[in-house]
Amino acid sequence: MRKDYNLEKRKLVIGGFIVAIVLIYIVRLVQLQVLDSTYKAHADNNAFMEKVIYPSRGLIYDRNDSLVVYNVPEYDLVLIPKDVTPFDTTDFCNTVQISREEFDRRWLEMKKGRSYSAFTQQVFMNHLTPEDYGRLQEKLYRFPGFFVVQRILRQYNYHVAANVLGDIREVNARDIEHDDYYRPGDYTGDLGIEKSYEKWLRGVKGKEILIRDATGKIKGRYNDGADDVAPVAGNNLKLSIDIGLQAYGELLMQGKVGAIVCIEPKTGEILALISSPSFDPSLLMGKERGKNYQKLVNNRLKPLYDRSIMAAYPPGSTFKPTQGLIFLDEGIITTSTVFPCHRGYVNAGLRVGCHGHGSPIPLKPALQTSCNAYFCWGFKYMMDKRSKYGSTGKAFEVWKNHMVSMGYGYKLGIDMPGESRGFIPNTAFYDKIYGEGKWVGQTIISDAIGQGEILATPLQIANLSATIANRGFYITPHVVKNIEGVGVLKKSLERHDTDIDKRYYNAIVEGMRMAVLGGTCTGANIPGLDVCGKTGTAQNPHGRDHSVFMGFAPMNDPKIAVCVYVENAGFGATYGVPIGALMIQRYLRGNLPGLQAQGRAMASRHTISYPKAKKMTSGTQADKNKKPSKPVSNNNGSQE
Amino acid sequence: MEVRNEDENTNLLRSVDWFTLVLYLIMVVAGAVSIYAATYDYDKASMFDLSEFSGKQFLWAGLSFLIGFSLLLIDRRIYEAYAYPLYGFMILLLIVTIFVAPDIKGSRSWLVFGPVSLQPAEFAKTATALALAKLFSTYGFSLNGWRNYAIAIGIIVLPILCIILEKETGSALVYTALVFVLYREGMSGFVLFAALMAVVYFVVVLKFAAITFMGIPLGMVIAFVMVMALIVGMLLVYCRSWILGRNVLLGYLAAGAIAGGLELAGVHVNGYAFFLTVIIVSLLYLLYGMLHDDLKKVLITICFAAASVLFMFTVNIAFNKVLEPHQQKRIMVTLGIADDPRGAGYNVNQSKIAIGSGGITGKGFLNGTQTKLKYVPEQHTDFIFCTIGEEQGFIGSVAVLLLFLALILRIITLAERNHSTFARVYAYCVASYLIFHLAINIGMVIGLCPVIGIPLPFFSYGGSSLWGFTILLFILLRIDADRGNYGTW
Repeated sequence: MRKDYNLEKRKLVIGGFIVAIVLIYIVRLVQLQVLDSTYKAHADNNAFMEKVIYPSRGLIYDRNDSLVVYNVPEYDLVLIPKDVTPFDTTDFCNTVQISREEFDRRWLEMKKGRSYSAFTQQVFMNHLTPEDYGRLQEKLYRFPGFFVVQRILRQYNYHVAANVLGDIREVNARDIEHDDYYRPGDYTGDLGIEKSYEKWLRGVKGKEILIRDATGKIKGRYNDGADDVAPVAGNNLKLSIDIGLQAYGELLMQGKVGAIVCIEPKTGEILALISSPSFDPSLLMGKERGKNYQKLVNNRLKPLYDRSIMAAYPPGSTFKPTQGLIFLDEGIITTSTVFPCHRGYVNAGLRVGCHGHGSPIPLKPALQTSCNAYFCWGFKYMMDKRSKYGSTGKAFEVWKNHMVSMGYGYKLGIDMPGESRGFIPNTAFYDKIYGEGKWVGQTIISDAIGQGEILATPLQIANLSATIANRGFYITPHVVKNIEGVGVLKKSLERHDTDIDKRYYNAIVEGMRMAVLGGTCTGANIPGLDVCGKTGTAQNPHGRDHSVFMGFAPMNDPKIAVCVYVENAGFGATYGVPIGALMIQRYLRGNLPGLQAQGRAMASRHTISYPKAKKMTSGTQADKNKKPSKPVSNNNGSQE
Repeated sequence: MEVRNEDENTNLLRSVDWFTLVLYLIMVVAGAVSIYAATYDYDKASMFDLSEFSGKQFLWAGLSFLIGFSLLLIDRRIYEAYAYPLYGFMILLLIVTIFVAPDIKGSRSWLVFGPVSLQPAEFAKTATALALAKLFSTYGFSLNGWRNYAIAIGIIVLPILCIILEKETGSALVYTALVFVLYREGMSGFVLFAALMAVVYFVVVLKFAAITFMGIPLGMVIAFVMVMALIVGMLLVYCRSWILGRNVLLGYLAAGAIAGGLELAGVHVNGYAFFLTVIIVSLLYLLYGMLHDDLKKVLITICFAAASVLFMFTVNIAFNKVLEPHQQKRIMVTLGIADDPRGAGYNVNQSKIAIGSGGITGKGFLNGTQTKLKYVPEQHTDFIFCTIGEEQGFIGSVAVLLLFLALILRIITLAERNHSTFARVYAYCVASYLIFHLAINIGMVIGLCPVIGIPLPFFSYGGSSLWGFTILLFILLRIDADRGNYGTW
């Protein structure tokens, strides 16, 4: 082939092209590497070392300004792998008192960590005590690359309220991913308010900038510390909890499973929030946390499960006041309407048992004696009142909406994690079970007396008590009264008015007062305190009935509303009422010597043995998925 | 037989291009050492430990020396004879890969054989180059007529389509570099020029789309001015028509002065109206002028100018009206117009910091911090140049660029000293691939090109890439070594 010299010249174009590209790139490199110094500034990590200074975590006080939670220093042993030179591992292990295997395990774990880098600070060991630190400090020079960072450890003045206070734990990969604040080895709130108020408690980290030479030696502070950032301590919290009342409640609940919730009706402030069995909050701190946590998880009575806000129980007869209110508001009854009770509700082959009292009776005595028949009749008339609602389904929706306005069926929004919403069925729920239009009031008659599918948390029951005490409204219940420097959360000031006409509340209050004076809860009749109350004896699929009490005092200027829920304790009057009465006295009268003795008696003598095989977290959310129980039949109708 | 073989071998040792061979060895060793630096951890094992990237790369390098040496022993006639079957086989392999390859980071381009994964796209480059060389060396073939163009372009486009289906757009784009080969073999220079201008218009129009000047996007203003400069340039250089060029230039300057004057007087001139009027008037003048001048060349100039204006409007409108906002954003980020520090922009920002912090002499071997702290992703593969920039500084970076420049220019020299079309076309193919990889990879790392994931030849970690380029280069060395035996064809 003839060689085309014209085309051969084109090699100059192609060669010229790549020469031009290389020249352009060299010019760019001159700009990046020679002229522009900002890039260099970006990459000065090797000259500086940033040391994190941890802020002090916010302290926690109770409503009377008693210090509940505070901090003591503890130490973390950290290292920068790049700066570590060979050292005597045996000496090291002896100094920090770990075995060689433990050392190898930790080393491997550290290196496998997601954010491992040989150039940045890695945590080798947490929770060194001041003694460990003292021993290590003397020898630290033998282990270059290692140093000690001071951290805080929570300490507790009272060994109660673990469920409210919660605990702190080391962050995991998820925490780090979701929040830029955290670095591996940091702590975060795990349960209770330590978790829900983490944002305020944790404070702002500071940093110290040190100069390092090429071999990794610290040369001193950069710029005399002018660029250091001081840490900002976390905000202190003031609880609405009265730590004395809390401790007393936990004493009363010893040997029993259940919960006590006390609320100041006017403010929604929770005075005591007891879940039993309880545990010492200091179990979940420091070196032993992992071991203790596992023990608590494995305990068959589930102490980590905060029954006061997480357990959804059948409310039993404490539900009856809500029914009275709905029937009055819907015009189903007036305060003088009477219903017959022939030792129970007997209709169309169904019998819901009751006990000896006069018949027929009106509303207030019905509350006083906790008459099942009265509320069953009222419920049946409401559900079957086609003339007003059109259908049972529509009537039930109206009923459900009233219940929701009284704080049932949804979370109340307490400022703690893990609250349960309880359960209030709706029309669609029953349509699915029985078929649309194929159920009437009597089909679901158990709902009238707080049984059937109804589930409520002790918090919701206490909140009902507070709502009645307030004659028709409640403030979102909360455990933190004030965040220092921030104030109170807006949510904790929200007022919720029920959709029941306020004038009907007095009849209910009077009925509850009558129950205390001469009805089911005479045990709560404390002279001078004008207690109003309502008992409950909740049937449940897990064994003996639960004992429930709901009340408030004083009647006309309520200062405390209370709910006591004791699992498998039988009648409301046997456990619920006396515990509730003691709580009310302890709060309103103070720490009288006699009360301590009575409390100790309640703690030691009145205990319930919980069989091992039984699942103790009865009436939980899982129950709402089960087939609803048949309408209560004659042989198990033991409502008070 | 034996005697002849020995003869052949000594002959080979003498005739193989040692300059290229030495450049190759330097680059491969420097590459593996850079990978060691890029993935270095103070407590990790030695450079040659097979559990580390650098150790593996030394293993790949050793194997590629073996492959290269073997290839040197294969007679060039084998390549010529089997160019088409090899090409067919590689295309088949690419198609099979689409269906059998596992999904690795969204791409289906890796064939997995137990512990070894290979990327057929890296080897298809050689097959395509051989096929193209075979085509052009076919007796009587020349780049004339649509049919011959179609075959040549078909050979190039087929692997592109397959590789796009494997979702390896970056590797597919490499083949577009073969336009240099077509150019060298007779394709009109206008195609190259037009392609270059299209890229320039595209980038300019979009890059300055957000700024308004004279009531229109600044990008359009710059593009208009470029078209005007192009017209004058073509008239002066290409048409060699001094008078037309001078008149048009003076006309443009006058129009510019008038627009400037109006602006100073407070009258705002609309950019579109101004530039379109001026350009259309100048083109009308050229239509008249071509009657007195080189008719064909002036007409081509007019067409080129008109096409340019049309193209820039198309880019502008297509971008704003046809594309969805998120697609626009992606292009903007890729072009480095919009900032997206967490997305596509992140790598480039970090790599610029790493390179910039290297300074003139660099931080020293293994002393880089940016790459060590794992700020730069893919630092041992596509972003390997970062480590060199950070640790070896400006001197090291420029040395690497010059190594590549020397290699590419040497290959062009080899191409031109060969008297066979087969050897020349093949050599230009190799040069084209290298030009594209170098320009895009380093351009991307220093923030001048969009991020297209292709490796830096001989440096980036990975057996497929290293072996692919080794095969490409050593076939060239053998073909070149045989140049004396085949005389002038």
